Amino acid sequence: MNLKRFGAPAAIAAAAALALSSCAANEGGSSSDSTDSGLSGTLVGAGASSQGSAQEAWIAAFQTENPEVTVNYDPSGSGAGRETFQEGASDFAGSDRAFNDEEIAEGNFQACAPDTNIIELPLYISPIAVIFNLEGIETLNLDADTLAGIFAGEITNWSDDAIVSQNDGVELPDEAITAVHRADDSGTTENFTEYLGAAAPDVWTYEADGVWPFEGGEAAQGTSGVVDAVTNGTGTIGYADASRAGDLGTVAVKVGEEYVPYSPEAAAAIVDASPFVEGRSEFDLAIELQRDTTASGTYPIVLVSYLVACEQYADSANVELVKAYLGYIASPEGQDASAESAGSAPISENLRELATAAIDSIQ
Amino acid sequence: MTTTTQAPPIRGKQRAGDRVFSGSAVFAGAMILVTLGAVAIFLIVQSVPALFATSENASILTTNFWDYVWPLLFGTVWAAALALIIATPLSIGIALFISHYAPRRLASVLGYIVDLLAAVPSVVFGLWGIGVLAPAVQPLYSWLVDNMGWFPLFAGPVSGTGRTILTAAVVLAVMVLPIMTAINREVFLQTPVLHEEAALALGATRWEMIRTAVLPFGAPGMLSAGVLGLGRALGETMAVAMVLSATGAVTFQLLTSVNPSTIAANIALSFPEAYGININVLIATGLILFIVTFGVNALARWVVSRRKEFSGAN
Amino acid sequence: MATTTTRPAASSTSVENSLAAAKLPTYALWIVFGVSFAVVGAVLLLIAIASEAEFNYAGWLIIGGLLYALSTWLFSSLVEGRRRGMDRFITALVIGAFVIAMIPLISVTWTVVSLGAARFDIEFFSYSMRNVTGEGGGALHAIVGTLEMTGMAALISIPIGLMTSIYLVEYGRGAVARGITFLVDVMTGIPSIVAGLFAYSLFSIFLGPGTRTGFAGSIALAVLMIPVVVRSSEEMLRLVPNELREASYALGVPKWLTIVKVVLPTSIAGITTGIMLSIARVIGETAPLLIAAGFTASMNYNLFEGRMSSLPVFVYTQYANQGNPPEAYLDRAWAGALTLIIIVMALNLVARLVARTFAPKTGR
Repeated sequence: MNLKRFGAPAAIAAAAALALSSCAANEGGSSSDSTDSGLSGTLVGAGASSQGSAQEAWIAAFQTENPEVTVNYDPSGSGAGRETFQEGASDFAGSDRAFNDEEIAEGNFQACAPDTNIIELPLYISPIAVIFNLEGIETLNLDADTLAGIFAGEITNWSDDAIVSQNDGVELPDEAITAVHRADDSGTTENFTEYLGAAAPDVWTYEADGVWPFEGGEAAQGTSGVVDAVTNGTGTIGYADASRAGDLGTVAVKVGEEYVPYSPEAAAAIVDASPFVEGRSEFDLAIELQRDTTASGTYPIVLVSYLVACEQYADSANVELVKAYLGYIASPEGQDASAESAGSAPISENLRELATAAIDSIQ
Repeated sequence: MTTTTQAPPIRGKQRAGDRVFSGSAVFAGAMILVTLGAVAIFLIVQSVPALFATSENASILTTNFWDYVWPLLFGTVWAAALALIIATPLSIGIALFISHYAPRRLASVLGYIVDLLAAVPSVVFGLWGIGVLAPAVQPLYSWLVDNMGWFPLFAGPVSGTGRTILTAAVVLAVMVLPIMTAINREVFLQTPVLHEEAALALGATRWEMIRTAVLPFGAPGMLSAGVLGLGRALGETMAVAMVLSATGAVTFQLLTSVNPSTIAANIALSFPEAYGININVLIATGLILFIVTFGVNALARWVVSRRKEFSGAN
Repeated sequence: MATTTTRPAASSTSVENSLAAAKLPTYALWIVFGVSFAVVGAVLLLIAIASEAEFNYAGWLIIGGLLYALSTWLFSSLVEGRRRGMDRFITALVIGAFVIAMIPLISVTWTVVSLGAARFDIEFFSYSMRNVTGEGGGALHAIVGTLEMTGMAALISIPIGLMTSIYLVEYGRGAVARGITFLVDVMTGIPSIVAGLFAYSLFSIFLGPGTRTGFAGSIALAVLMIPVVVRSSEEMLRLVPNELREASYALGVPKWLTIVKVVLPTSIAGITTGIMLSIARVIGETAPLLIAAGFTASMNYNLFEGRMSSLPVFVYTQYANQGNPPEAYLDRAWAGALTLIIIVMALNLVARLVARTFAPKTGR
């Protein structure tokens, strides 16, 4: 009788036992054949999902280098990441925006020693591509006003004069535009709307926000959702991490007098062309992005994601780990790894020097 | 009863086994009480700050909490209702097919096949909805808007991707089908054979037998199935979040890009980036969903209890 | 019936007596079936050729089916009488409902199998995602996590759920039973994401903020699973005829033995189905596990310490956080989905065999 009642869990238990008896082929037993880096322990980070695949690459390389170390990065979102870090439940945070002045003033970072500063490092720079799906068209030239018009729902047809006039020789179809935006709260949306607001203030009157600011257009969940919606729809346009643009058409954005297609170099250039936020501590490298820049060769639609750590940890157990891990991320190898796996733009030498100095100061 | 000296009703001897068994049954009931009490306290405590929040302390609100939750509540109920309209007749039809139409040897295999649908995780339905279903139905939507746009529900402009609330409702319907079918099927199979044979012996056709013997017997079970399906449709998170193009508008139109979101999908979409009092706001919307589902359940329970005479253990 | 076939078919005026009424031969229905689909197919083919579009298979199935249902109703009503016409019409509708339900099932299965097969290899079942970027890697850690967490949730909720339903049906009377029924209804309404939040907060309070363990995931799943088990088992227990119980009591069998030996075996098939459905429901839950158990790329066998991956979360994260090349991530996601479905299928099969072995032999 009891056999019946517990048949199901028993079956699960049996199956679990089978799985338990095996061990992942790529894990364990590696301590003998590796160079002893002397580092061991578990590092916990949480935050921006935009960094997710970059973190995967960094973690994989870092753990291979230091087999005794496990790094967990939870792409639970920037807000959750900042909160977890403030609660002291993680060693470092990933965030699509720097902590703002009020949050810094409030302080109270549980992981950090009392009355010490945090350091914020813009180590993940990702260009946001404006992608579209029109048969036979691979690239379009658009200025900020036109882009804002399309996403605000004022330009509704691909054969609109505003688009045609900027694209000589491109056969634009007489087709309705479906503008796809992110349905979830995201740093990508915040950066994209910030760009529209700064570069086309007359057309785009909404404030920059992680949530799409009005009821209109088509919504899709996450980068993957937007890419899927644009790919599967007709006459669609959307914005997504450039690494995911794939075979879709992309927009070259007008900066100054020229049209700049997205590229890692152009994206890194806008970061160098922008000043740091004023009034922060020495190693807080929060950046004030100049979206409306006219500097040549810069691509202004970028997402800059920060890695946040303490200047001085309350518990010194993981300090060496944090320094080693962040140091690896800032290194050319780390930046190349994320460029390859996540399509990010490697940081400039100048920024690397500042970041390395900040990381060395951690204690 | 003949006249005896014992006035109280006859009581069986309380055996040790009985005491242990009934004791553990009571204990199980008490565990439910404890769990639920904990969840309820957690929900209410977390929700209170949100009820009085304004746009000043919670950034996702534009005015106050009730203005925020109303379109979500509308979308939740609307999507679930559409799903149930699609799923109820289908599930009854499938259950009847398995219980009374299909050859007996085939029936259990067919039942198993339908149960398989329940094995598909919601994430997969989300992927399927976005990648297969939405592009497949988009031409149909275009046709409906072009030819039947005068009908308010089908008003344009048509969605370019097919990711509308009707598509989400179809996905929801497919997701609730197995649980509804399974219950309907079991209930139909439990119809007393004597009732069925009596109906047939009186010259009823198969449909008349079903109408007079099977359906009345199964009514409470069918309602129960409907409510479980509705409960699942109301609370379904990932599939809706992935399939639906949710922009937060309150509209009955089925085929446009502008659709109301649902509470559960909205929590899933907004929670990752939420912080501070925004989290309380989202949990409070969860509380609202909880109350709605509970209301539906209580209503169904009340209706079923009025028809207890069909139950075997009354 | 032999009598109807020997009778001359001229007596179609009397439709009241179904035995005496004319009967359409079986081949007539097949002819109607064939003609309906042929006509609709031809019309759609003409439309497809005229508008240079692809042939619309879905439209062919649906319109053809409707036409068949209507024409059998018409023919049968004319020849066999109104009642049998209605019967044939309903039969067509019922079969149609089943066919319609098969469309998404086949479509989903085909999608999952064809896309999941790409990475359904040995590496997938012997590797975790530790130190893996891009191609390669596997889901062993997620499979173990899913089995452990769901197993623990089942261990918690099946005894509680089943005993509660026994209490409600066999023992419970008055206010206590009504109260528990009420609470079960309330629990049915808990949205899965809220269960995840609850489990996360519970463990945060007692074990410090940010605590994510497999056991927290199990608790979240159990909260979702218990009411489903109670509701479905209760429904099945209530369907056991009182005559059986009374017969058992009359033989002097104690109540608990009656429940164990008579009531439960009679309803075991239904109860097992209910439990399997509840497991199937929670095993695919993504949102609560993402919150309560988090995820990791490494193996973790310990339910009580450290984050634990599960298959649905694995599928979701592979889809949502695609790296380079995206195909590798999508392939892993689909292979994970296929694995999950196969696990549930296997569980289902086992449970059915168990139920069949122990269930009393009935007419059906």
